[in-house]
Amino acid sequence: MDVFVTIIQILDSTIRLATPLLLACLAGLYSERAGIFDIGLEGKMLMSAFFSAAVAALSGSVWLGLLAGIASSLALSGLHGLASITFRGNQLISGVAINFLAAGMTVLVAQDWFQQGGRTPSLVGGGRFESVEFPMAIGPKDAELTGRSVSDLMSDANVLHLVYSELISGHSILVYIAFLMVPATWWILFRTRFGLRLRAVGENPAAVDTAGVSVVGLRYAAVAICGVLCGIAGAYLATALQAGFVKDMTAGRGFIALAALIFAKWRPWHAMWACLLFGLLQAIALRFQNIDLGGVVIPVQAMDALPYILTVVILAGFVGKAIPPRAGGEPYVKER
Amino acid sequence: MDKMPKWADVVLIPVISLILAAVLSALVILAIGENPVEAVKLMVTGALGSTYGWGYTLYYATNFMFTGLAVAVAFHARMFNIGGEGQAMLGGLGVAIVCLYVDWPHWTIALLAACAASMLFGAAWAAIPAYLQAKRGSHIVITTIMFNFIAAAFLNYMLVNVMRPEGSMDPATARFSETVHLPTLHELLAPIGINFSKAAPANVSLLVAIAACFVIWALIWRTRLGYEIRAYGHSETGAVYAGISPVRITIVAMLISGALAGLMAINNVMGEAERLVLNSTEGAGFIGIAVALMGRSHPFGVFLAAILFGFLYQGGAELALWTSIPRELIVVIQALVILFTGALDNMVRMPLEKLFLSMRRGAQ
Repeated sequence: MDVFVTIIQILDSTIRLATPLLLACLAGLYSERAGIFDIGLEGKMLMSAFFSAAVAALSGSVWLGLLAGIASSLALSGLHGLASITFRGNQLISGVAINFLAAGMTVLVAQDWFQQGGRTPSLVGGGRFESVEFPMAIGPKDAELTGRSVSDLMSDANVLHLVYSELISGHSILVYIAFLMVPATWWILFRTRFGLRLRAVGENPAAVDTAGVSVVGLRYAAVAICGVLCGIAGAYLATALQAGFVKDMTAGRGFIALAALIFAKWRPWHAMWACLLFGLLQAIALRFQNIDLGGVVIPVQAMDALPYILTVVILAGFVGKAIPPRAGGEPYVKER
Repeated sequence: MDKMPKWADVVLIPVISLILAAVLSALVILAIGENPVEAVKLMVTGALGSTYGWGYTLYYATNFMFTGLAVAVAFHARMFNIGGEGQAMLGGLGVAIVCLYVDWPHWTIALLAACAASMLFGAAWAAIPAYLQAKRGSHIVITTIMFNFIAAAFLNYMLVNVMRPEGSMDPATARFSETVHLPTLHELLAPIGINFSKAAPANVSLLVAIAACFVIWALIWRTRLGYEIRAYGHSETGAVYAGISPVRITIVAMLISGALAGLMAINNVMGEAERLVLNSTEGAGFIGIAVALMGRSHPFGVFLAAILFGFLYQGGAELALWTSIPRELIVVIQALVILFTGALDNMVRMPLEKLFLSMRRGAQ
């Protein structure tokens, strides 16, 4: 039973750790499907993490924090759009600039507002996203009623009840939003006119232009959706996963999301599985330091590097081939 | 026909971009309640007002020359090597192995060996992304980003599990022996009667960096290989038509780029820390991007831009010491420079081109 509880707990933390990856990955999916490469996911998440935590700390309302986070991430998206769509600049360089801008500005503003060495005060009460308790699930309320600890109650519960209480119930609302975004994204991209055009603009913008649809408009729309999703991802990091902002708290998650996007070959359902896989790797690395497999010790650093190594292998085309949207990274110049 | 005279492209646009970045930085300083004029004064005295300040400025500049050249060479072949950070980390590993496990009779020989090792390790780390780009068509930007993270994890493993001296808790190698100590500017300048600060870390690597600028200039503009790299960068189809192999140029350009980034380690690992520590590169690989963009991928431009960023780095450290402005201000300035000289280049260029065209029409 102990092993089983451990596995369930690791899977539970997998879901928590996969959520920011998934949101950022879907964000990148919209942008890149429309032909705008975005290596600034990291920066947008970081910016949103700071502003959501800062506004939540100042106002005491996590929802205002979420809005502020989304707004700050959208502002960076606008900058990316301006550079790469309007001024037809290099999208990769723009992404790099956005990552640095966020890394610098967050600490600068945090120091100015809170004087706590580039962090926000710890969020309490309404400043954080509470976990949602599903009916019949074991949670803090049952613990209070029976006077026993949650983990104690969990170890007594049967398998189904345990899975239901740990894995399905008890996450923050943003987790459910993230996972609902997967079918929603699939539906938008593959079952609506907007999605068809969005994909077309990433493959052959000239054809979309010929059909009388605005390439610039579509690409800005995609970049804006990307901004909103990165905003939610950042807010989740700072107000749900952790209680407050600390310097560089995204810790490369934007790049893991990018890796997951390539791993998933720019498809929503696959993106979810890729993010869960990378989340699992993080969860295992977090729980165990070095894993001893009967004499062979896997160092924790190998777990850290595994998402990136897997992505390189996929990119190399040894296991299936990852082909990006054809017009990705190319500014569209309307012919005269 | 060119829309603008060459001097406008080479001098005017970078200067305007720089001014835009400076104005925005000043606004940021104002917004956090500090005085931009005072801040600039502090930075100038802190970075250029003493030989101590100069010593740090030149030390940082040395790092940025190597990484800037690395990015610039890749730019000439129209590739974006974002992996300078990882390549420099691996270069550090090469330097550490050479300095720790071999007894060197004199620092000159050790320096030569360390140069070779750091270039070899840096180039090796660039070789896999280069091969994948050339042969399998995987995007160099994504693979080099991934390789930065893999390098960080690998270095972490090497320092924690393999190279850490017994009994030490610090994830770092043992200190290098005295014989591989590189002379600092203080030691180099003392015999000719100049009293340079003893505490500053600038060292003989600066001369290697300046030499590297010359070598790369000669390579890009005075050799057949350099011509091929530039030709490939301008037009892949044209280069193929001229009998230039894209696979060869991609791999060779990335190997040179990786070697240059790796070479940075003789400055920060051998010259300054004299042991290999975690995060010894301190983001210099990324600053190379800003330096190469601002220097217009020309070695002389890279040289100037590296000194400017060296000044910003040292000045920023002084600011953080004396005011409430954190060091991250430099990261913001760096972002703005990359933004204006790189991504928003057309925003400055388009109006200028129009201006020059109308002036030419007016003259006729």
